Amino acid sequence: MHILAFLIRRLFQAVIVMLIISIIGFSIQDQLGDPLRELVGQSVSEAEREALRDRMGLNDPFWTQYLRFLGNALGGDLGTSYFFKKPALEVILAKFPATFELVLGATFLFVSASIPGGIYCAIRPRAWLARFIMAGSIIGLSIPIFLTAIFLIWIFAVELGVMPSFGRGETVTLPWGWRTGFLTRDGLLHLVLPSISLAAIMLPLFIRLIRAEMIETLSTEYVRFAWAKGLAARRVWFVHAFRNTLLPVVTVGGLQIGTLIAYTILTETVFQWPGMGFMFLEAVKRVDTPLIIAYIIVVGMIFVIVNTIVDLVYTLINPMVKLPGAQG
Amino acid sequence: MALLEVRGLEVAFPQGPRDEALALRGVDLDLDPGERLGVVGESGAGKSMLAFAILNLISEPGRIRAGSIRFDGRNLLTLPPAEIRNIRGNRIAMIFQDPMMTLNPVLTIGRQMVETLQAHRRIGWAEARKLSIERLGQVAIPTPESRFDSYPHELSGGLRQRVVIAIALLTDPEIIIADEPTTALDVTIQAEIMALILRLCRDHRVGLILITHDLGVVAEVTERLMIMYAGKVVEEGSTRQLIEHPGHPYTRGLLAALPQRVARGQTLNQIPGTMPGIADLPAGCAYHPRCERAIAGCHINIPVLEAHGSRRISCFRPLLAGAEA
Repeated sequence: MHILAFLIRRLFQAVIVMLIISIIGFSIQDQLGDPLRELVGQSVSEAEREALRDRMGLNDPFWTQYLRFLGNALGGDLGTSYFFKKPALEVILAKFPATFELVLGATFLFVSASIPGGIYCAIRPRAWLARFIMAGSIIGLSIPIFLTAIFLIWIFAVELGVMPSFGRGETVTLPWGWRTGFLTRDGLLHLVLPSISLAAIMLPLFIRLIRAEMIETLSTEYVRFAWAKGLAARRVWFVHAFRNTLLPVVTVGGLQIGTLIAYTILTETVFQWPGMGFMFLEAVKRVDTPLIIAYIIVVGMIFVIVNTIVDLVYTLINPMVKLPGAQG
Repeated sequence: MALLEVRGLEVAFPQGPRDEALALRGVDLDLDPGERLGVVGESGAGKSMLAFAILNLISEPGRIRAGSIRFDGRNLLTLPPAEIRNIRGNRIAMIFQDPMMTLNPVLTIGRQMVETLQAHRRIGWAEARKLSIERLGQVAIPTPESRFDSYPHELSGGLRQRVVIAIALLTDPEIIIADEPTTALDVTIQAEIMALILRLCRDHRVGLILITHDLGVVAEVTERLMIMYAGKVVEEGSTRQLIEHPGHPYTRGLLAALPQRVARGQTLNQIPGTMPGIADLPAGCAYHPRCERAIAGCHINIPVLEAHGSRRISCFRPLLAGAEA
């Protein structure tokens, strides 16, 4: 019952957020230059262009155009890509698995490295390894992702020649049309460098975050009490301190997943990764307005869904928080 | 021999890159089985420091610089970590000051009890649960079965302190160290909690080290008293003797400051000045700037704890007229 009330409330909020995103997304359409220039050649006369504009509804007032767009969007139609001549949503969804798997790979990497790293730096702050990690994390924070990516390509693809430098490699199409690179050796190999590049953005941030929160938790009275009860160090660290460390980390971490999606644009471009981000940059170059708008809306939707999941997870690990809007 | 015997305990904190300041300056303490000892002093006198030092739980950057803590004949300061863990929370348990902060907010009461038992015994969940609920009942928590599954935030401060006491009792300890166990509670509940601690210690013959700044509480609960000032014991003796005939000017000052000793309508007494911090102790007796009996020598020499009959006082001019038989 609680979960249901929470979800209904969340759904309502999501609708409002999506409406705002769609208005902003749609309103950039007029700022990206004349779509007809891309659609038709130089030879078409101005009169013909005007007729075409009328037919496409580009001369209608903004709100008329927006409402038409909204009506279509509700039916799953986000416009037709000028370049691909296919529904924009279809184009994006075909690219979605690649981006999703890249984000998943990067998340797996930075989560599995930052948790032990952060905990270690918190419980052994004076160890040389902890100092080394902390110093390294500052450097890591300040290196832009395309530099990391190009550096990795140079070392592992060019000099050592052990890693592929671009593309997804061999993929397998699952029954529901999802193309995955997880199931082949080649696909996984192709995932390594892009995932590391993308994870490198998050890793230093999370190590520092986990360390700072953990140090704070370790100095609380309940951790002192846990020691006074004679518990083993492992239990004090991982059950008493780390569970409380997780609360703020999950909140901040959830917000960072948005940043991660933003950085896929850069990563995918450097590695020619056939995902949504790479597609988006190409769409911008081609002034493929419907595709750009569709991308903004799909990414907005991912944000809303991820944040809802994060809120749900938070309530699961923090007994003091009742789901908002689900009292009683 | 005493069950717990602390000798010359010094706790130091770094002061700048080279120097250290002493939070405890050579403290002795003895506790016999089942004995109840009060440790009294102003905030910052080192009472809590003493409590944590006994369990070897001084947190960084502090450290125990000198002294010994013998419990049951073994020095806790030289025991390997696994063995001291066997004593902490098992044979010497502790009750903290603020029950709102002592229990872990994300774990149920039950888990925090069972884990304590399982840290010290080979015991299954069902049996540990049964024992925990029994203890919750002993500290007069209503419907202990349902409280077992509660989270700390679902309980009031008074109930939480009862839970903390129940946790301390779980393993039938020989000594309980209670660090200002009622300070953070509502006045109406303070007496109840104190009575509970006293009853449990008496019934189970558990030794108690009660740390407090409240001489009124100590008078009712403890048999022996230790007065601390600026990291040192200034007077030590039977509770009754110290309260009726304080030997150290500081003890007398504390007693005179009790509101119940002042007639209605009169100004409350106070000791002039404040206690010096550990980093800026005056030369000589640390109390001399506030002492109305200070003489020239008090500024220069540090007095030592000397026996005066059955008590010990650290003062060049103790108040002894009529105090000793």
